[in-house]
Amino acid sequence: MSRSSKSHDGPANPSRRGLLKAGIAGAGLVAGAGLARAAGGDPANLPPNVADWSRYLGPGVDAAPYGMPSEHEAQVVRRSVEWLTASRESSINFTPLHELDGIITPNGLCFERHHGGVAEMNPTDYRLMINGLVDKPLIFTLDDLKRFPRVNRLYFLECAANSGMEWRGAQLNGCQFTHGMVHCVMYTGVPLKYLLEEAGLKTNAKWIMPEGGDAAGMNRSVPIEKALDDCLVAFKMNGEALRPEQGYPARLVVPGWEGNMWVKWLRRIEVGDMPWHAREETSKYTDLLEGGKARRFTWVMDAKSVITSPSPQAPILHAKGATVLTGLAWSGNGRITRVDVTLDGGENWHEARIDGPSLPKALHRFYFEFDWDGSELLLQSRAHDETGYVQPTKDALRAVRGTNSIYHNNGIQTWYVKADGGVENVEIS
Amino acid sequence: MSRFLKVAALSVGAALALSQPLQAGSFGLGTPASPEEIAGWDIDVRPDGAGLPEGRGTVAEGEAIFTEQCAVCHGDFGEGAGRWPVLAGGQDTLTSEAPVKTIGSYWPYLSTVYDYIHRAMPYGNAQSLSADETYAVVAYLLYLNDIVDDEEFELSKENFSSVRLPNEGGFIDDGRPDTPLASEEPPCMSECKAEVKITKRARIIDVTPEEDGEVSGMAVD
Repeated sequence: MSRSSKSHDGPANPSRRGLLKAGIAGAGLVAGAGLARAAGGDPANLPPNVADWSRYLGPGVDAAPYGMPSEHEAQVVRRSVEWLTASRESSINFTPLHELDGIITPNGLCFERHHGGVAEMNPTDYRLMINGLVDKPLIFTLDDLKRFPRVNRLYFLECAANSGMEWRGAQLNGCQFTHGMVHCVMYTGVPLKYLLEEAGLKTNAKWIMPEGGDAAGMNRSVPIEKALDDCLVAFKMNGEALRPEQGYPARLVVPGWEGNMWVKWLRRIEVGDMPWHAREETSKYTDLLEGGKARRFTWVMDAKSVITSPSPQAPILHAKGATVLTGLAWSGNGRITRVDVTLDGGENWHEARIDGPSLPKALHRFYFEFDWDGSELLLQSRAHDETGYVQPTKDALRAVRGTNSIYHNNGIQTWYVKADGGVENVEIS
Repeated sequence: MSRFLKVAALSVGAALALSQPLQAGSFGLGTPASPEEIAGWDIDVRPDGAGLPEGRGTVAEGEAIFTEQCAVCHGDFGEGAGRWPVLAGGQDTLTSEAPVKTIGSYWPYLSTVYDYIHRAMPYGNAQSLSADETYAVVAYLLYLNDIVDDEEFELSKENFSSVRLPNEGGFIDDGRPDTPLASEEPPCMSECKAEVKITKRARIIDVTPEEDGEVSGMAVD
């Protein structure tokens, strides 16, 4: 690390206060809360004194029939970047990855991406139509769907444009903004195969076109092999009904593939013998390469990882000594088998500890505990999956694709930790 | 157990045994979709023309509709207002630093234009354009992109598939994985670099949202 800290050409370190302000941009409340905790709290509540909450009764049951997080966690919310899109109804916000742990994303924090706002459907009027190359076109009610055998599966969903703003260089200070278009929940739903077989696929059925009931009528082409393999029509997430912004009452689950294909508010599936070349698979969600040609049908989300803490919105607020580094890794091609981390910008790597379930096409949580000596760090993580794929550097991706791809940026992220604990999004040689 | 109770238990067991585990493909769920129900929802259009409804519209008719219902976001000539999508122009920009991906410069198939306009536009009033109006708006977009040059040009179900977009050949299959696998290039674990230098910093561009103030940067839609 000593070499890197000597050779970087950044400006003189600003004050700790200024650093934290910059590092926690967009999350100003965090700084206040974090610093207060670090300062030690109110002596009246600390030993040997006895706090009010230890003396007097608190709220009883049903104070909140649907429980909400502690008021002290008010900063843990989805956030958006206003300049990214022209309107709020066709826009995106980001999961606060830096505040979360484990591999499950709480339902209310799963990032949102809509193309025509949230379709406010009532479950009684929900219908799913299957038509096209089938023996008998069918319409299912939500109650019909719930009479099929159902399964529970944990999958990540990542937008193909996650990290898309970083193709040309470090741009956003916070893993919520650089990597927050991903979430991972337990879906309960019906294998799509059962629904298609109920309608009876004709022998020339090669593709399906799921279509949303929203004001964008979101439609994509999915090859029949994937549809019959592991796709689900889900109506629950983490045990409760899908949230409206996640497709209530039913959405498509396309494990490991780009989030845009996971059609929300699913109203129809047409079966056909060729792809539709819908707007979202031609004008958008195609990857323009340097020579001017564009890749299409780039469905799978390659292996990727990011350190969620320390990160710009989660600076180190303690002195040198025992430090926990943690992050997330995932692959659309299966399980994560290994995550390497470096503290010195890639001079030396260490194998991180994966903790919690290791499930295919789901988030994996990793940790690396180290004794911080208080000096500057350049943190990176590198994911490996069970196909032998290794997460590449951003420069390696640029070398083969250029900088106009927008989508599928799974390059290695670098965080620059300064001596005072502030963290910045950088790229390194 | 008395003989009477034993007999009663046996007869209930026999009745329950009529319920059998279900097999895929034989759930008997869902109701047949009628042709009328399908017609109301089956709105997709494919590059081979499948799904196109009867209808026709001219460039001039499309201009009037576009000016009234589309130009507020897309500009009178498809140049785009603010951050709304640019629909025309952009030819020869796909290899530049700032590609302009329009119907004329990027989209491979005209069917996508029809399909998308009818299902999702005008923004906030989707599926409100008739087939004739949609054909007319699509015709006008061809005119704005210099793909037709006659204001009297009429686009219809009959001639639709004869119109090809310039970038139809601009798309290739997914080429991934396009970086080395572990078996091809085992990742280095120690003494991997002689020097590490910071080359790019978010603090310098600094477009992270703050509580106040407008910022701008490279947008993704």
